[in-house]
Amino acid sequence: MTTDTARRGGIRLGDRVFAGSAATAGALILIVLAAVAVFLIAQSLPALGAGPGELPGTAQNFWVYVWPLVFGTIWSAFLALLVATPLSIGIALFISHYAPRRLAQALGYVIDLLAAVPSVVFGLWGIVVLAPFVQPMYSWLVANLGWIPLFAGPVSGTGRTVLTASVVLAVMVLPIMTAICREVFLQAPRLHEEAALALGATRWEMIRMAVLPFARAGIVSAIMLGLGRALGETMAVAMVLSPALVVNMFLLTSINPNTIAANIALQFPEATGVSVNALIASGLVLFLVTLGINMIARYIVGRRRAFSGANA
Amino acid sequence: MTFTRFTASARITAPVAALAIATIALSGCAANERGTGAADAAPASALKGTLSAVGSSAQGAAETVWAAGFQTDNPDVTVNYDPQGSGAGRKSFISGAADFAGSDAALSDDELGGDFALCTPGSGAIDLPVYISPIAVAYNVDGVSDLRLDADTIAGIFKGSITRWNDKALTALNPDAKLPDAAITVVHRSDDSGTTQNFTEYLAANAKSVWDAPASQTFPYQVGDAAKGTSGVADATKSASNSITYVDESGSAGLSIAQLKVGDAFVTINAKGAAAVVAASPLKSGRADHDLAVDIDRTITDADAWPLVLVSYVIACQQYKDSAKADLVKAYAGYLATDAAQQASAEQTGSAPLSAELATKVQAAAASIK
Amino acid sequence: MTTTTSTPSATTMPGAGAVAARRGGLYAAARLPRGTAWATLAASWLVTGGLFGILDAAGASDGFNLVGTIFFGTVLFDVAIWSLALLVEGRRRALDRLVTSLVSTAFVIALLPLVSLVATVLQNGLARFDTAYFTESMRNVIGAGGGGLHAIVGTLEITGMATLISVPVGLLASIYLVEYGRGALARGITFFVDVMMGIPSIVAGLFAFALFALATGNPGIRSGFVGAVSLSVLMIPVVVRSSEEILRLVPNELREASLALGVPKWLTVLKIVLPTSIAGLVTGVMLAIARVIGETAPLLIVAGFTASMNYDLFSDRMMTLPVFVYTQYTQAAGLHAQAAVDRAWAGALTLIIIVMVLNLAGRVIARIFAPRYGR
Repeated sequence: MTTDTARRGGIRLGDRVFAGSAATAGALILIVLAAVAVFLIAQSLPALGAGPGELPGTAQNFWVYVWPLVFGTIWSAFLALLVATPLSIGIALFISHYAPRRLAQALGYVIDLLAAVPSVVFGLWGIVVLAPFVQPMYSWLVANLGWIPLFAGPVSGTGRTVLTASVVLAVMVLPIMTAICREVFLQAPRLHEEAALALGATRWEMIRMAVLPFARAGIVSAIMLGLGRALGETMAVAMVLSPALVVNMFLLTSINPNTIAANIALQFPEATGVSVNALIASGLVLFLVTLGINMIARYIVGRRRAFSGANA
Repeated sequence: MTFTRFTASARITAPVAALAIATIALSGCAANERGTGAADAAPASALKGTLSAVGSSAQGAAETVWAAGFQTDNPDVTVNYDPQGSGAGRKSFISGAADFAGSDAALSDDELGGDFALCTPGSGAIDLPVYISPIAVAYNVDGVSDLRLDADTIAGIFKGSITRWNDKALTALNPDAKLPDAAITVVHRSDDSGTTQNFTEYLAANAKSVWDAPASQTFPYQVGDAAKGTSGVADATKSASNSITYVDESGSAGLSIAQLKVGDAFVTINAKGAAAVVAASPLKSGRADHDLAVDIDRTITDADAWPLVLVSYVIACQQYKDSAKADLVKAYAGYLATDAAQQASAEQTGSAPLSAELATKVQAAAASIK
Repeated sequence: MTTTTSTPSATTMPGAGAVAARRGGLYAAARLPRGTAWATLAASWLVTGGLFGILDAAGASDGFNLVGTIFFGTVLFDVAIWSLALLVEGRRRALDRLVTSLVSTAFVIALLPLVSLVATVLQNGLARFDTAYFTESMRNVIGAGGGGLHAIVGTLEITGMATLISVPVGLLASIYLVEYGRGALARGITFFVDVMMGIPSIVAGLFAFALFALATGNPGIRSGFVGAVSLSVLMIPVVVRSSEEILRLVPNELREASLALGVPKWLTVLKIVLPTSIAGLVTGVMLAIARVIGETAPLLIVAGFTASMNYDLFSDRMMTLPVFVYTQYTQAAGLHAQAAVDRAWAGALTLIIIVMVLNLAGRVIARIFAPRYGR
């Protein structure tokens, strides 16, 4: 290590303090997370053993109660990412490699701003603008493509379906995903890009060879960030979605599986007794779902450090 | 952590702090809060302090009006009413997190049997009805503005057994209306609410043959669209054609309100009729002297009566551990039952003023708070 | 200019890239004439516009569907330009054109809802975007009038405090991960930071509330500071994640050069790594601020609700803009419902503008401190 060769104690002290505080900050995050987990588990215990009658609705036990919510959470987040991932990569590429530089900066700025729109406003926009706008299309889809199970009827009269909620979610996660992808694309080594072009590659071939491999870890991070936000989003879903305690995959009806976070927001204000514990326990389940999804994602992708500059 | 001083982070946070400081320095205080009282001298009231309450969103708008009135009379008092919900309100009050609660349901026997953190042990808490709101069955159907419904039909629609606007049950009640041949979009609350509780109570009492679910604050059937809060159902109903919902009357602007069959007559929604139903209903039995929990009689058929009504309470201690707090709550609760306060909220939010008799009882109960 | 530059955006490829692109064209056989892309796009829009026009005329829809025209027209354009290029220019260039048009399409599609959102907020928010809004609170205000000053102050203070907590912790943690982290602790942090991002915001609020209620023994604790702590729980993982990504992109050669010159590691990080990546770091922090400044659910629980001014982060309830927007909207009822809804939209507009100003400031700062190099 370079630091070991440094003779002056001050430098070594500086190094130790700096490394120490960095490690402390990292450990602090784990402590906070552990504290959140302890809080969740402690508050959840009464609900886990609760029988019928104590829980909200007619659920026989907690797992029956929470299963539709788990499904709804994953389903809506999946739909949202299905829309948002290609779009955000596209926008990021457009800004980093296609648009004129001046325009690109302005566009990047506009997209960043949209990350700041509060979820309440997304909710309002979803109710007031988006849902009425898409409802006629939904009617058309159900009438003409209703034989596809996803589009089975009866169509929602207000347009406030899981698909609408997922589109709102997608728009919400777009800015943050785009921003990360854009930063990563912009960091792709110029020399590699120019070398590719000099070899006669088209722009797409250059991007595929020089930019995307480099940015892969970053893209996965962006997706994870987006997923995190989509899974945990509370207010917008609570306002836009027309929920029920069901498990189905119909995109266009008014009976939609609710998400965990939205269900907490909807039921918490009026909850008493064990219902409160049940809601917090569902929060714990969301926590575990996030944990599981992260593990799977990590297993599939692995951490591609080969292309990052540090610790290669 | 001292090292962060040199890092980017400090530079980034600087403008945040600077902006905050600038705002504070420039504004000093909100224009409408600058001491008008100082110039007028003669402090009208010796009351001082902050009342923090959590509770029902139904009475939230009215609480804003009342807080403004009370703060004007008592410039040194601040009333913060946090409209999180009735359940949250009762929980907060029981744990001592709120000085009083606003709730669409009176305290349950279980809750009354427990302890209240702010009350002297054993003194218990009381329910004071302060806010009465008629619930409207509101609809959005092009070309229809005088829909008439009875309890059985409403139950059928919201249960999902009547699905089209030109259903026989509807045309029989509305021979003159041009009801479209279209599906009914039912909109109900997605969150638990006192409005749903009162609506289902009404149906369970008046449409026993159709509505086979017990009254509950969760909407019991999987029918139609669900939306969050009064404004949510109102917006959903407004944006969808051929839709119908139930909503506090104050939130029904822009929608048509159905007439309700009470007894043999059709009644148009009216605040007086709602207040009359509450006044004619008995108090819940087996409660403390000053507990005014109302057992609403949904089957009253007096002329103009509107039994689809919601009563919201202020829940306070009979005796507070902190006497200063007691004085504040006592004065505030007493103020709520005054004619001025009830008229103000009626004007602003469309609530039904308490009947004179009930108002007197509430004032007596408020005066008994120690 | 007879090359790929006929696509609208390609003309602007800067510097050496453009030169290389132009030279790349030498190898290809036939070329689509310049402007083909634009013409195809216009034709596609016309065709779909015509289709929607017919639909409208036939009474199948009420009103001409402009958004639909742009959307489906752009999709049609993607297919058309690909087929054209495939016929004339060959497979490689056709693919290039397809991707170019798809990327542009993604951009247009994403812009539609975003533009619609901004337009909605502007349209509804400007009604009450007046002096009174910025000089008055809601104390003793019934019906129309009043303002959101108390909420603006609350939002700035709480978000500022959350930033003060989160940025040092988050940045140091990401430095640890990138520069020092080896073994179980680093792996654990990387993994759990992702998990932490999945904490629903309302749970963060409940957690902060339970923590402080326990610590202070006050079951009714409400204060701006508790709100800031709950926001930090949401903000720290975003800061860590984005900073980590950015720091990893700093070329190792820079570190090695610095270390080789005998500069201690901590100074290398402070003087070389951080300044090199400052622009990305600032973006990350701004994103994190943006992520939490609009949070409603946790603040509803821990910062509470008040109509009056409160400058003190450490005592009593404090209003924030998102809570203000939420309660004004949900409490809009009766005679003056519209006034409350207008206040809600004005609050949303204010929130967006605050973030815009912060973003601008951040960019200026990044520009001042960033080393001059690269693009």
